[in-house]
Amino acid sequence: MDLYEYQGRDLFERHGLPVLAGGVATTPEEARAIAERLGGRVVVKAQVKVGGRGKAGGVKLAEGAEETVARATDILGMDIKGHTVHKVMITVTADVAEEYYFSYLLDRANRTFLCIASVAGGMDIEQVAAETPEKVVKAPIDAVKGVDEAKAREIVTAAGFPAEVADQVVEVAVGLWQAFVAEDATLVEVNPLAKTRDGKLLLLDAKVSLDENAAFRHPDHEGLVDQAAVDPLEQAAKEKDLNYVKLDGEVGIIGNGAGLVMSTLDVVAYAGERHGNVKPANFLDIGGGASAAVMANGLEIVLTDPSVRSVFVNVFGGITACDEVANGIVQALALLEQRGEKVTKPLVVRLDGNKAEAGRAILDGANNPLIERVDTMDGAAERAAELAAAGV
Amino acid sequence: MAIWLTKDSKVIVQGMTGSEGSKHTRRMLAAGTNVVGGVNPRKAGQSVDFDGTALPVFASVADAMKETGADVTVIFVPPQFTKGAVIEAIDAGIELAVVITEGVPVHDTAAFWAYNVAKGERTRIIGPNCPGIASPGASNAGIIPADITGSGRIGLVSKSGTLTYQMMYELRDIGFSTCVGIGGDPIIGTTHIDALAAFEADPDTDAIVMIGEIGGDAEERAAEFIKANVTKPVVGYIAGFTAPPGKTMGHAGAIISGSAGTADAKKAALEAVGVKVGKTPTETARLMREIMSAS
Repeated sequence: MDLYEYQGRDLFERHGLPVLAGGVATTPEEARAIAERLGGRVVVKAQVKVGGRGKAGGVKLAEGAEETVARATDILGMDIKGHTVHKVMITVTADVAEEYYFSYLLDRANRTFLCIASVAGGMDIEQVAAETPEKVVKAPIDAVKGVDEAKAREIVTAAGFPAEVADQVVEVAVGLWQAFVAEDATLVEVNPLAKTRDGKLLLLDAKVSLDENAAFRHPDHEGLVDQAAVDPLEQAAKEKDLNYVKLDGEVGIIGNGAGLVMSTLDVVAYAGERHGNVKPANFLDIGGGASAAVMANGLEIVLTDPSVRSVFVNVFGGITACDEVANGIVQALALLEQRGEKVTKPLVVRLDGNKAEAGRAILDGANNPLIERVDTMDGAAERAAELAAAGV
Repeated sequence: MAIWLTKDSKVIVQGMTGSEGSKHTRRMLAAGTNVVGGVNPRKAGQSVDFDGTALPVFASVADAMKETGADVTVIFVPPQFTKGAVIEAIDAGIELAVVITEGVPVHDTAAFWAYNVAKGERTRIIGPNCPGIASPGASNAGIIPADITGSGRIGLVSKSGTLTYQMMYELRDIGFSTCVGIGGDPIIGTTHIDALAAFEADPDTDAIVMIGEIGGDAEERAAEFIKANVTKPVVGYIAGFTAPPGKTMGHAGAIISGSAGTADAKKAALEAVGVKVGKTPTETARLMREIMSAS
């Protein structure tokens, strides 16, 4: 889960790291209250999970409450690269002398964590690394030993931080590591890490990603989810413990296992190239060992998506039993019928593996003209795309 | 022969008395796996009956190894206890630990992996979030269905469980030496490269299917490894060509970050070193079939 800047700033503050005083507002009136509390000159920053907001006019200075209200009014509701601004962060300003870069992240290739540090901050670090690699230090971090003062000093020396800030950077490096571990983060990035004219170090930006697998030990992380930004279908799926991602095509997809579902999306997209360019409408993994109820829940979600014109159920039963899947399909259709929701979207079903014969027999026995059985994955994808194109 | 898991492997189950653990212990036994016991400190000294086979429960992995000579452990404990279970297995010095558990925090996986490295990597770790390893006809450690295919001379390594099953099914008439599901998490114990190296060295494997998916650069690194080290034919498949950037597709590790981790980049890297990459699982199976019928 990627956090907004203000959430990252709050997180840093909770862990005792030096950040600018500030607050977050969803209305101009809330912005006024924050500006009055802070006093003087402030910066108003659009809160969107996308880069380049400065260039888009999403970051403005303001002097006093009235100007803050005006700037917040301008920025709230603004569209930045397809993201609508619902919140602004307002902080006091800093008198910046130098800008550095500091981050901890997951290093998949080396199966550990990585620290990236540079005295050339305030710009895109990938660009700095490409143009002046000597200015960027990448230090692997042992996940057991972590970052203590000695390790931090090693990094600070290697990156060539000026002597007058070295001790402060060491302190931030240790504190940031502790926050990274304590919050089960997969990324904490500070760009810029700034030195003010009076020689103080400040974390001026916050990019933080948290590991959703660790949610069980962070009940507070649930509150960081931006409910307004969650797709309603994704929300409904989540409430039913389904792994669902909304996409923008027309063929509803249900499968078991993340890899097989991803593969199904691809196969449907290829078939779509021959049938009116239809595309997958969603990713939905019913998981291993799914029961009829889980299958029925999944089908219900996919059928409620108005952009879906046909559905492809692609199951290879490993632990999952195909008879359960077939029962789930039949139950879901009956349930929707009972509720008076007329189902008109055709279903293409491919079942193989565990109890496939039994599953196919159940589908055939249901005698529902909406259900079409196809023997192979490629053939079924072709048919589902064809039906979606015909349903335009 | 096969890689890492043979008919002589003696398997214990951490979490055998839990619902998933007991269900799959029963299935592993039915598949002919030599399961010799389980671990649960609260039930040590008891035994559990699996359709007539009574399996002893030990207090620790070390005890189980001492009493039974076990060399493989399959771990089914819940995510919050997985790190502890793996570290216990590493401390006991077991050869192979297969971590089935899904949803393990990545800081925990990074920690047990670092611990394993510090101990000299005595233990091969497969997973977490994986279906396990199966050497058809010999042994099965994990949750891969045993009845899809028989033994043969293809080696299979895959990030995905169900795509593993699909590929085994497509090529069931030819059969497999060993199928390894390495898991879809960002940090995993055994990589594509480890499996490729083992299959290259295995006299009973003639050709290799490698299944990858979006996220990270493991497939790109595997391509470099193939170029330098693998003489046996390799056929590849990558899932996620149409996945949008920035969205996690089911597996915690399946995410395109910026321009990194795309299926196109992985396919290109593999094809550049002579690996044929199928557009669909079925086409991938066909490519492998051509190789096996030519040899």
